[in-house]
Order: sequence, then C-alpha cells, then structure tokens
Amino acid sequence: MIYLDNSATTRPCDEAVKAACENMKNNFGNPSSLHKAGIEAEKVIKSAKKTILAKLGLEGEIYFTSGATESNNTVILGTAKAYKHNGKKIVTTSTEHPSVSAPIDKLCEQGYTAVRLSPKDYDDFEKAVIDAVDSDTFLVSVMWVNNETGFITDTAKIYNGVKRKNPKTIVHVDAVQGFCKAPPKTLKADFISLSAHKIHGIKGIGGLFVAKNMRFEPLLYGGGQQKNLRSGTEAVDLIAGFEAAVKYYPDCTEKYARLNEILQERLSALEGITINSYNNTKNILNFSVKGVRSEIMLHFLEESEIYVSSGSACSKGKTSGVLSAFGVTDENADSAIRASFCPETTEEDIIALADGIKKGIERFRR
Amino acid sequence: MQEVIMVKYGEIALKGLNKHTFEDMLIRNIKRRLKSCGEFEYSRRQSTVYIKPLSEDADIDGAIERLKCIFGIAAIQRSAQLPKNWDEIVKLGMPYLEDVLSCVKTFKVDAKRSDKAFPMKTPDIQRELGGAILSAYPHLKVDVHNPDVTVILEIRDTHAFINAEKLPGQGGMPVGSSGNALLLLSGGIDSPVAAYMMAKRGLNVDAIHFQSPPYTSERALMKVEELCEKLTPYCGDIRFYCVPFTEIQEALRDNCPEEYFTIIMRRLMMKIANKICEEKDYKALITGESVGQVASQTLMALACTDKASDVPVFRPVIGMDKKEIVEIARRIDTFETSILPYEDCCTVFTPKHPKTKPVISEVEEAEAGFDFAPLLEKAVKEIVIKDFKA
Repeated sequence: MIYLDNSATTRPCDEAVKAACENMKNNFGNPSSLHKAGIEAEKVIKSAKKTILAKLGLEGEIYFTSGATESNNTVILGTAKAYKHNGKKIVTTSTEHPSVSAPIDKLCEQGYTAVRLSPKDYDDFEKAVIDAVDSDTFLVSVMWVNNETGFITDTAKIYNGVKRKNPKTIVHVDAVQGFCKAPPKTLKADFISLSAHKIHGIKGIGGLFVAKNMRFEPLLYGGGQQKNLRSGTEAVDLIAGFEAAVKYYPDCTEKYARLNEILQERLSALEGITINSYNNTKNILNFSVKGVRSEIMLHFLEESEIYVSSGSACSKGKTSGVLSAFGVTDENADSAIRASFCPETTEEDIIALADGIKKGIERFRR
Repeated sequence: MQEVIMVKYGEIALKGLNKHTFEDMLIRNIKRRLKSCGEFEYSRRQSTVYIKPLSEDADIDGAIERLKCIFGIAAIQRSAQLPKNWDEIVKLGMPYLEDVLSCVKTFKVDAKRSDKAFPMKTPDIQRELGGAILSAYPHLKVDVHNPDVTVILEIRDTHAFINAEKLPGQGGMPVGSSGNALLLLSGGIDSPVAAYMMAKRGLNVDAIHFQSPPYTSERALMKVEELCEKLTPYCGDIRFYCVPFTEIQEALRDNCPEEYFTIIMRRLMMKIANKICEEKDYKALITGESVGQVASQTLMALACTDKASDVPVFRPVIGMDKKEIVEIARRIDTFETSILPYEDCCTVFTPKHPKTKPVISEVEEAEAGFDFAPLLEKAVKEIVIKDFKA
C-alpha cells in the first residue's frame, strides 16, 4: 500500500501504539483517583503536556479533548461566552475546516458577524487579516496550514499585529495540519487546536493550547476534570500515544521539499496538470488533472493500492469553496488531487503516484 | 392474566376459497420474523391471528414492532384475554388498562359481540363498560367524537378481549403470495420505495445492482447493501445480485453516440436483468422510475426501455412526485441512506444533452454499432450474489 493521504490521517507510529498499549495493560488507573494507580496515570498526562508545550515552544496550558473538532468548538463557542462584552465580530478565512466554520456559523445565527477572507484576494494575506480587525472584533480564527493545499499562514505575524491593534481580540489558530510540519516561528496564538492522529498518534485524542490568562466556558459539564474546563475521565492511553507521536515526528522539512519537487517534476512531464498549491508546506501537493474527475482518478489509483484524496474537493459533486478561495477554477477543483506525505514516504512512492496519474490520464481523459 | 397479540387481516379476509393459502403464508412470514422475540403460540380464528407468548421473557413489544412492518396485516391489538363473564371482565380488565388510561383525559368504548350467545347486548355492553371505566378512573371523561383513546372489548368465540390501543398494520398482501420479482436497485431514493410498494402487493422482491469501479466507489456498493438491509423488515429475505458493469459502460461510451448513452445503458441493464429473470424464474422487474423525473424517464424513453424487456416492468412510483416518494422513504427509513453522496453507475458518463424523445428505431441503430452480447454474457457470469436475511 502506498499511502499518500496523510493529511486525512496517519498510520499510528510504533512508539504511539506501544505507549498506548503499555498504559492500557499496566497503567490503567483513573487519573482522578487518590491512590497510587491514579497518581501514576496523572503523571502520564503531566508528562504529555510538557512534551507538547515544548514542541509548540509556547507558554501556557494544554487541555486534552476528543480531537480538533472539539478543541475548535470549545474555543469558538467557549470564548464567545466568556468574553461576551468584547464585541460581536469574528475575523476568519474562507478556507477553514468545517469544525471552525460551522461553530462560527452558529454564532452568526445568534447575532455575531463574521468576516471571511480569501487568500486569492490579497498579496499579503496576514496584513489583510490584521486590517479587518476593529474595536468590535472579539475573535480572530485562522488556520496555520490549510488541509487541502498546504497554504501556510504566518500566525505569529497576525497575532502580533492584531494585539497591537486591539489587545482584547483573541487569536485562535487551528494548527492541526501544521503541528510538527510547518516552521514553528510562524505559530503564535492565545488558543491553538491540535490533533494526534495527523502526526502518527491515535484517533480520538486532541489538544487545546491555552495561553496564560485566557478564559473560556467549557463545552462539557461533569466531574470537573482538567480544572473544571473539560469534564470527563482523561483518555490516558491515547494521551500517552499522543506524547509518543510528538516525540517520534522527525524534522522532515528537507525530505518533504525533495519529494514535492520530484512529484512536481514528474507531473510537469504530463499534459494538462495544474499545480494548485502555493506558499505551502511541502508535505502537501494539490494538483488538477485536466479532463479526469477527482473521484474517478482516486478510485483508479486505489486499484493499484495508491491512496490519495480528492482534496475534499467535490463532495456531493459540488466544487470546493476552499479551493476557489485559493483561486482554483471550478473545472480544476473538480479534478483536484491531493497527495500528502509522511516521514516514511519514499521517492518510489512518489514515482508510483506519478506513474499512476499518467496511466489514469491515458485511460480516462477524453 | 393472559396477554395476547391479535393480528387482524386486511385484504386476505376478503379472499374466497383460497383464503387459507394466504393465511398460511402470512402466519409463516410472522413466525419467521418473530423468531428472535421468544416463544409464541399461533392460532387463527375469525379472520384473526392470535399470538400468545409462551413464557415470561417473550418480547411482546419487540414482536409488535416487527408486526408493524409485515404486509398483509390491517391492525395489531395487544389485548388481555379474559373469561366471558361480565364481573371477571371488569375485575381483570380495568387494572389491565391502567397504563394507557392513566395518561389520557378522554375515551370512548367500542364493543363487538361476535358470540351472540353472550347474555348482554352490544349497547348494554357499551354502557356498562363505560360506567366501569369511569368509576375505576374518575379523572376520565367520555368523548365519542375525538377521544384520546378507544377502549375495545370484543366478545369472541372462546374469550373476551380488551385493549385500548389499536395499531395500524402495513396493509397489503403477505410477501410471497404474488410471486417473485427483481428490483433494479440504484442507490437513489426511488428504487427502495418501489421495492416497498411491490412487496406490499405480496411480491417477493430480490435486487440487482450495477457497479462500475473505478467510476463508482466501494462506498456506493456499501450504501446499496445497507439499503437492502433496511428493506428486509418489509420485504423479508433479499437476494442481492451485483453486476460488474464497467466494461459495458466503457464500450458504450466508446461506440455509441453520446446523446443515447443513458437510454442504451438502461436497455442493457434491462437485458441483463432479463437474463437473471430467465435463469432464476423472476416474473417481473421493478424500477423506481417516475415519469418526467430525468431524461431517461420521459414517456418515449420509458417506451424504449420497455422494449428491451421480455418480462413486465413494474414502476410503482411512476405517478408520484418526488415529495411523495421522499415521504415514504423517510417512513421506511431508507431516505438518509439514499442521500449519501456517492456516485452510482447511472451518473457515470452522463451525456450533456441526452435525447429526451428517443425513437426506438434510432436507439436500436445506435446500439447496433457494437456487439454487446458477449459483454452481457460475461457480466452475468461474473455476478456476485449476497443474501440479506430479515
């Protein structure tokens, strides 16, 4: 199997599986229990928090959630409640993941307004985001790396600019696709959403970074775990796997750049290929194959056990709003393919993909 | 006190000398569906099937849920079986009705006396029963026009039966009583509804599906299989024939004029389905076509499709609006599955400008550009069969 859909999810690394199993077998206490078994479980959580904070290079607190969807919902709905006197406006992008855009839609139903900016409209996207902030803006929510194209937003630049303009405005960053992959100096925020399964951790566990002095109303009420902000017994085994994955994920900047270059080179030998990614992390390459619908190409590649994504491009036959926000035409969005790499991806994998695309074109292009 | 489920027939009751064959079939269907609910004793008298639980742990609620989906049943009444003695009827019957009567405000009574030897006449029974209910449940009022519940007392041959909730059945005829037919199941909203409607008329329905990987995904197949599962409570066991259709569609695309793609594809599907009918003895085909819905469902297109079939093609939703079809799809719980957004083979190679008024001679000419027969044979040979049990 040649798995090139690592932006959808990744294979849990051996280290993560081992750490999770180890905890399931030998360290299964409830971290809230007063006895030793509970304390040992709590230690796992503490250690994981430290590891994640160190990787982020930021100071603050880590909360564990069921995944990035919960983290994003918690921040958006929870800060709207906690800071309801700070304004009714949200500045965000039209390329966000649905777990960000949908809760914002919900707030808009309750009287909030949202400004959604598209990268294609600006040469300096970060500046455009900062410019859109005013005295009524309580929240800025931007993704660090886009899941469909890999487009990087310099959230540190946005954070600093926003705070100069309106110190009360909260900055949230969905860092799911960037974590461990994008340059750390481009990340800064009050709230950061993370997910383990995009970095070879296990599905069902996510993280929420909260900077000092930041507040939010919890989404869930119950036993008061995690400082009363995220009730529910912590998923210790998955958290242990999360930590192991963070420790495992190597710096692949150069490797991804090379793989990306090879793929682009191979594709450029074919006719009718448009590269849709720009200003992107090199682990993702989105491209369109003229005359072959994404879904057909995807299933064709699947027959040779090559797995890619149609870039969530044409769900239900509708073209992706996200790709069009990056300036991709409807026709190209309909034939868009996303390949996304992981530390184990090889040059041979990339070449097999390019060959597969070539064969697909020969068979399907009319 | 003994509880029984009384199942009243619909149309079967009107049958003549062959009535018992229909009854047998209905009881067989019921027995099969209620097997997992525990042990019951079945008997029939006076156009009613009596289902008596034989042990404490028989799941009466579960049985009733299943009965609600079985065709051939007009009404389901969960009743107390009482001795035919007025004092006993009141003594045992009043507490039995408590669950229902304590939560409503108004009622009326409906008495039936099929045992004419019973000493009280129907109007007397109605009056006495009403009085007994009012004194046992003083919070109630009588409302003969819009009662919250109707308490039904039936004085029958061996016992009296009392209940306060008559549940509607599906109606129709017992599945299997009208023979076997094959459904063309695409995965859309209409074809499962068509299956439901023909099963209601007593047809035993199996399904055929055309699959075109890589143009269609495995999820499209999973979706259709899920639809089969959702139909089994109504249709009973379903045999599912999955036809590999990619080669045929590609040959069609490469050899026939684009404007005829859809109509020829429909005809080729009919031809394959007819081969299965011949081999496996299905007497009819069922489709979810509705006049005017898409280009292949105009009157002339349907006529061209029909010409490709030797067996009759039933189209039970032919005169229904989408809205009406959706209503049924929701009721039988196939709607949410049907709208899952996976490409099916019908939408592969859709022509930009399909012929809406095809003429059979032109279609046959367009079709003659390629010899499909060997590919059809091959497809039939490579069919994958799967059985879905009710």
